[in-house]
Amino acid sequence: MTTKLFGEPVQRREDLRLITGEGRYLDDLGKDALAAAFVRSPHAHARIRGIDVSGALEVDGLVAVYTWEDLPEGVRDPLPLLIPHPALTHGRTAYPLARDVVRHVGEPVVMVVARDRYLAEDAAALIEVDYEFLKPVVGIEEAVQGVHLVHEDVPGNVGAHLVQEVPSPGGAGAREAVDAAPHVLAFRLDIERSASTPLEGRGVYARWDADDRSLRVYSSTQTSTSVRMAVAAKLGLPLPSVEVIAPDVGGGFGVKIVHPWPEEVLVPWAAMLLGREVKWAEDRREHFISSAHERAQVQHVRVGFDDEGRVLGLDVTILHDHGAYTPYGIIVPIITATQLLGPYRIGAYRVEFSSIYTNTVQVTPYRGAGRPQGVFCMERTMDRIAAHLGLDRTAVRAANFIQPGEFPYDQGLIFQDGRPLIYDSGDYPKSLSMLKELIGWDAFPQAKERAAAEGRRLGIGLACYVEGTGVGPYEGGHVQVTSDGRVHVSTGLTSQGQGHETVFAQIAATELGVPLDRVSVVTGDTRRFGYAVGTFASRAAVMSGNAIALAARKVRDKALRIAAEALEADPRDLEIEDGVVRVAGDPEASISLATVAVLSNPLRYAFDEEAKRATQFAGPASMDRPPVEAGEEPGLEGRDYYSPVRSTFASGMHAAIVETDPDTAEIRILRYAVVHDCGRLINPMIVEGQIHGGVAQGVGGALYERMVYDGHGQLLNASFMDFLMPYATEIPFVETAHLETPSPLNPLGVKGAGEAGVIPVSAVIAAAVEDAEGITVDRMPISPSELYELRRATAP
Amino acid sequence: MGEKLHEIRLTVNGVPRETRVPGRRLLSDCLRHDLGLTGTHVGCEHGVCGCCTVLLDGEPVRSCLTFAVTVDGREITTVEGLREPDGSLSPVQRAFSESHALQCGFCTPGFLCTVTALLRDNPAPSDDEVVEGISGNLCRCTGYQNIVKAVHRASELMGEAEGRS
Ligand code: FES
Ligand code: FES
Repeated sequence: MTTKLFGEPVQRREDLRLITGEGRYLDDLGKDALAAAFVRSPHAHARIRGIDVSGALEVDGLVAVYTWEDLPEGVRDPLPLLIPHPALTHGRTAYPLARDVVRHVGEPVVMVVARDRYLAEDAAALIEVDYEFLKPVVGIEEAVQGVHLVHEDVPGNVGAHLVQEVPSPGGAGAREAVDAAPHVLAFRLDIERSASTPLEGRGVYARWDADDRSLRVYSSTQTSTSVRMAVAAKLGLPLPSVEVIAPDVGGGFGVKIVHPWPEEVLVPWAAMLLGREVKWAEDRREHFISSAHERAQVQHVRVGFDDEGRVLGLDVTILHDHGAYTPYGIIVPIITATQLLGPYRIGAYRVEFSSIYTNTVQVTPYRGAGRPQGVFCMERTMDRIAAHLGLDRTAVRAANFIQPGEFPYDQGLIFQDGRPLIYDSGDYPKSLSMLKELIGWDAFPQAKERAAAEGRRLGIGLACYVEGTGVGPYEGGHVQVTSDGRVHVSTGLTSQGQGHETVFAQIAATELGVPLDRVSVVTGDTRRFGYAVGTFASRAAVMSGNAIALAARKVRDKALRIAAEALEADPRDLEIEDGVVRVAGDPEASISLATVAVLSNPLRYAFDEEAKRATQFAGPASMDRPPVEAGEEPGLEGRDYYSPVRSTFASGMHAAIVETDPDTAEIRILRYAVVHDCGRLINPMIVEGQIHGGVAQGVGGALYERMVYDGHGQLLNASFMDFLMPYATEIPFVETAHLETPSPLNPLGVKGAGEAGVIPVSAVIAAAVEDAEGITVDRMPISPSELYELRRATAP
Repeated sequence: MGEKLHEIRLTVNGVPRETRVPGRRLLSDCLRHDLGLTGTHVGCEHGVCGCCTVLLDGEPVRSCLTFAVTVDGREITTVEGLREPDGSLSPVQRAFSESHALQCGFCTPGFLCTVTALLRDNPAPSDDEVVEGISGNLCRCTGYQNIVKAVHRASELMGEAEGRS
């Protein structure tokens, strides 16, 4: 059956090459390329007094050494500030190689090119950089003092400051509303740094073709089209002479949306200059200290509420640590500030954030992108309200939910895409009842009591979120049926393991009525599709999925027109099934899509038997009309774009049962339940996989992962030995249930699913630990030793 | 002055191979860059992630922690050599695909080699034994749930093939 592919748990088409070792990741390419390596700053803040490269010159196999001084105009300029915002008054970006000052450990200072990576690293190790130390600024609260500055010309280390305020329906400001409320609570929350940490690091490989003056760049990126534009601009090349390809990418999770990385400019530049292929593949330490982190915030909350727990006023002040540079603007704190509201209607809301420079690795989106922090804030607030009033935690949430009849619901804020934060659809009360059922919320108190009788401590927690997905501006799709009946689909955004080749093939096959195995999909290759934005913000299925559906519909319409003519039938009587166009109810009258493709392209020259049918003497044709009519194009293909008015809002709720060890304070997750609503499901198997992976990253963030900087700005745990990414032994079995409230905003009715799993996990675990222990948890992650300390601090 | 090179002979995926490597060449680099077997991945080069796991005389080892010269004369199986003799997918490979046990696929070759050895030694492992058996391999994408499922599924497929119930 070809028509039922949408919604089916179809096996992934990318798997075969990946399980046989035939994937093509960045470092699998360019066998004979020269290797680049970088001398990186060992200091968090220092002035460069001099660079002595003479030691490196002894290394056999050395090809070139470059410092900032060696770079030409364009290449030597600061990297672009990708997302400007009026509130980002003091945006700063790095130079591709440090000029004068280094601002975090790991900042690139010298680039070395040699015959292979070993030799490049030998040479890099022999280069001496003379530094004059400057006082490093580490930690948000030290930074806001403004005593020492990360950038001399940024007073108070404040890069951006933004206030958004939504008054109550009665016109009261949030602070007023809080003060006037029957109950008021004020508290502080702390969130640590973590990072995307894909198992494949970044990497770039460039080939310059001196004969036709063109450049091909492979990059392990989440946006090949935008890398292409950046590289062309930096190197002064005409855009058509540059092509960028994202090969198989070993995970992204946000970090690879940043571009152009210094290496993405320098490696192609060196390849051009040297006339040789050059490649750089990041090592693990480089990834820790030279790419990007996320999450760190301090939040100050004041909330006013009534006896039912309804929030009348919420006033949140956020200090956001954005590290040394702001290439990705203030997207992360904007998302925290707006998505904090979750599924709730809040009386009056005021949110203020300051985005602060520190001498640490820059902060850019990591899966969830500011939402885990926002949800932590709101859900911890809900739990505090419940505790204060002695109400069930689910009752407080239910009292605040936006109701199913209230959509579209305008939260009155401006979202990360510059458009109003208007929720399109959802059913939060239903989600909550499904979650309570799934985890057994109402029966838990008895289980807890029974466990307590055996000396065991159990706790339950939940958290809710709303996620704006599928942000614009647009994506496009191209669908072509060739004369062999195969269907070639391409879209410009990239893949990092989400299964796009499968879901996009499902969409195209369903729309066109062809068997899945006839469809092939290419993503992230600018040779095939040049216009795209990229893969982030859970947008691929929404954006490219819809664009491909629209393109396929164009192809279908054209196929029906051509087939109708050939079959002398009315196009409205035709259907396509299994790659064959037929007259409904007349099995004899049919024509294959392959033949339609042949007929769609009037030929002078026959290249095979089938093609003869389209040549000029092949059959009757109207002599009054041109072979290709006005407004038509040869070929059975179509291109279309999907550009939404605004984001579509997915939602979900998670709950967990944890057990804490009374002696060791070890925290074990006994059960983990997810109710997830991402609109219509294209492939439930893949959506579940996304949820599992997201929850695992969330568990890492809730219990294990943090970036440990010392006072000198040294990252103390920059390896997998010390940064505790969870293994299978740490991750619970995830039980899932799906609710499908279609999005009214797009033709497929889908919403994004990529990030959802990670978003509420820290809030859920904090709530469950709190319930088990009876101790307030106000920071994430929480380790056994921290829980132990908390117990001691709160012991009577 | 170039580095001193050592001649080594390996049997890789059943094929005798010869190459010349410096003493410091990692087995992972030798396999990937000298022998062109890029299916073996490196995710950390410090022995923690398990992406680089290959079978050395049948036993899983981290090729990033192994110097190529130290395995002269030994037999190595990489992900490229896991197919059945007739070229079809092995039960472990099939089970990983069927169970959606991979997303980006970067960790997958290491898991496949690890699990192949695990099931050879323990054809019907319990849940705990599976988790224990894969607890030296990191995956950032899948949350492991479907990998655990795939190991059980592979065990089932192997059982079917051997007529075990
Ligand atoms: S690359 Fe060998 S264990 Fe990570
Ligand atoms: S599938 Fe991506 S790391 Fe495991």
